[in-house]
Amino acid sequence: MSGIGRLLWALFAGATALFLVAPLLVVVPLSFSSASFLEFPPPGLSFRWYEALWQSPFWRLAALNTLLIGTASTAIATALGTLAAIGLWLAPLPGRPVLFGLILSPMIVPVIITAVALTFAFAPIGLAASHWGLILAHAALGAPFVVVTVLATLSGFDRTLLRAAAACGAGPVAAFRRVMLPLLLPGVVSGAVFAFATSLDETVVVLFLGGPEQRTLPRQMFAGLKDTIELTILAAATVLIAASTLLLIAARLLAARSARLASGPRR
Amino acid sequence: MRARARLGAALLLAPLVLFVAVAFVAPITTMLWRGVSDTEVPRAFPRTLAALAAWDGRTLPGDDAFAALAEDLIAARAAGTLNAAAGRLNSDTPGLRTVVFATARRLARGVEGPAREAILAADPAWGEIETWGAFRRAGSTPTDTHLLAALDLRRTADGTITEVGEEQRLFRTVALRTVWIGLLVTVLCLVLGYPLAAALVFAPPRLVGLLLFAVLLPFWTSLIVRTAAWMVLLAREGIINQGFVALGVVVEPVQMLFTRTAVLIAMVHILLPFMVLPLYAVMRQIPRAQLRAAASLGAGPLAQVARVWLPQTLPGVGAGALMVFIQAIGFYVTPALIGGGADQMLPYFIGFYATQTVNWGLAAALSLLLLAGTLLILALFGRFLGLTQIRAA
Repeated sequence: MSGIGRLLWALFAGATALFLVAPLLVVVPLSFSSASFLEFPPPGLSFRWYEALWQSPFWRLAALNTLLIGTASTAIATALGTLAAIGLWLAPLPGRPVLFGLILSPMIVPVIITAVALTFAFAPIGLAASHWGLILAHAALGAPFVVVTVLATLSGFDRTLLRAAAACGAGPVAAFRRVMLPLLLPGVVSGAVFAFATSLDETVVVLFLGGPEQRTLPRQMFAGLKDTIELTILAAATVLIAASTLLLIAARLLAARSARLASGPRR
Repeated sequence: MRARARLGAALLLAPLVLFVAVAFVAPITTMLWRGVSDTEVPRAFPRTLAALAAWDGRTLPGDDAFAALAEDLIAARAAGTLNAAAGRLNSDTPGLRTVVFATARRLARGVEGPAREAILAADPAWGEIETWGAFRRAGSTPTDTHLLAALDLRRTADGTITEVGEEQRLFRTVALRTVWIGLLVTVLCLVLGYPLAAALVFAPPRLVGLLLFAVLLPFWTSLIVRTAAWMVLLAREGIINQGFVALGVVVEPVQMLFTRTAVLIAMVHILLPFMVLPLYAVMRQIPRAQLRAAASLGAGPLAQVARVWLPQTLPGVGAGALMVFIQAIGFYVTPALIGGGADQMLPYFIGFYATQTVNWGLAAALSLLLLAGTLLILALFGRFLGLTQIRAA
């Protein structure tokens, strides 16, 4: 390719990359602003909006709910998703495509339909405006990610290891716990990271299904953004960006680790 | 041994399959079923509907229908089923709620003489054929009433399908707008994403890490955070406006939030990683040696790209476009916060009818439309599907 073409391409790609990160990078310094309103550049730096965030009972409840719902739904999604992935891998079952489609359906159905349908179904049985309702909903939304990640790790798992374990006298449970799980663990944990990120990100279901007591950080932000933009929202956004960065790093490390494990015995 | 493995597999799968079936698939199906069923009016007006079964819909129904209506109104008012039914009739024909309630109240005081005269005296609306048509439209399961309404159509009392009045038409515009915004976002993501993905493959290793971070950080950041960031940037007192004023592009800040452009910018920003990552995954697999081989066979740079590189990246284009499009047509939060009234898509109206006006039938019919569109596109282009592995990229 000619020099000018290359240069234009590099500039275009660089500009696109900047377009992707710049909005996030603008939010961070603004959240440390000492101004009372949105002002750029900030007249001075302070932690006042982080203090406001910490002291507000609404935001504290939201942070607590986010952690609670995220952790509980991740636990359910990870447990059920890991077992299901092993089941899918273990033996070809009749109707496998249908079962797989069913398991993945929460990922495909537009989330507004999920939100409205779950609100309608959960209300009569007392699960609307309850923590359990949201935990179950987020578990269903997160489970497909666990299944897919664990299944990907399993594709590099050597079946003869299980037979070797059996030959050494290990029952199925012991073989699972002592041979399979340690090798699968990076995949399981990265599945859990995806499930947690899904819950952390989820706004629409919380908006419809949750009551005032189930406010999460995304919902609190949504409500705040509907009025005038207060700078506490930007402080909350920065906290969430930090959380996402941690999850991103965790996922990268785990992916690298499970790739190493998967390539071990085969090649 | 194989049978035992199968049993084990089934037992391991069962918990998640049962969980998803009960906590997800069943609620979705129940809700969608409401799009083709009607329960409120049959519950409150069983006799009236039975009397209307043989009605031709061209002249007023006979005395038996009036008598049945009188009985039903009094019974439903006493049983407490009238409210829901009146609401359902009102969403068919605005104003019918008042007619039903007023008539029921009158009749509850006692009916003297023939029911027909008493009912017509209570409200002249009962002398119109379309009032009775509303009962028929709201009275059966399965029904196409909601689905027709979602397409700006309705049945008249005699059963023919017509378009609704000009001022009531809404959903065809909304459906077209949804598809249009989805297509625009997909094309913009492709135009921006393709060169960036190629840069990820060809850039020097030091830069690749940085570029990949630029794609992955927004990808992992909450949608609501990214929407908030754009609200800050595009606000009247926001950075972009200040920059424009400082540079003299505009004299005073312009309204950028609550416009179509703002919605497109934010949606492209949010969905762009879903285009870049599958493209990158596919491009990474293409052996570089092929380009050198093409060059040594005399292909110029343009021919190398057009005949060797481009065709092999098409599966990535398909997967990326598919993922961007099906997510775009389901967007709720971003248009709700950044868009104006004329930028709202199908998801907004599903939410609106489910909560604001509690017209479940219409919300469900619109959901059916959106889901059918999503599944149709998946069925047509599903072979590109790398849908599931992408987040792990």
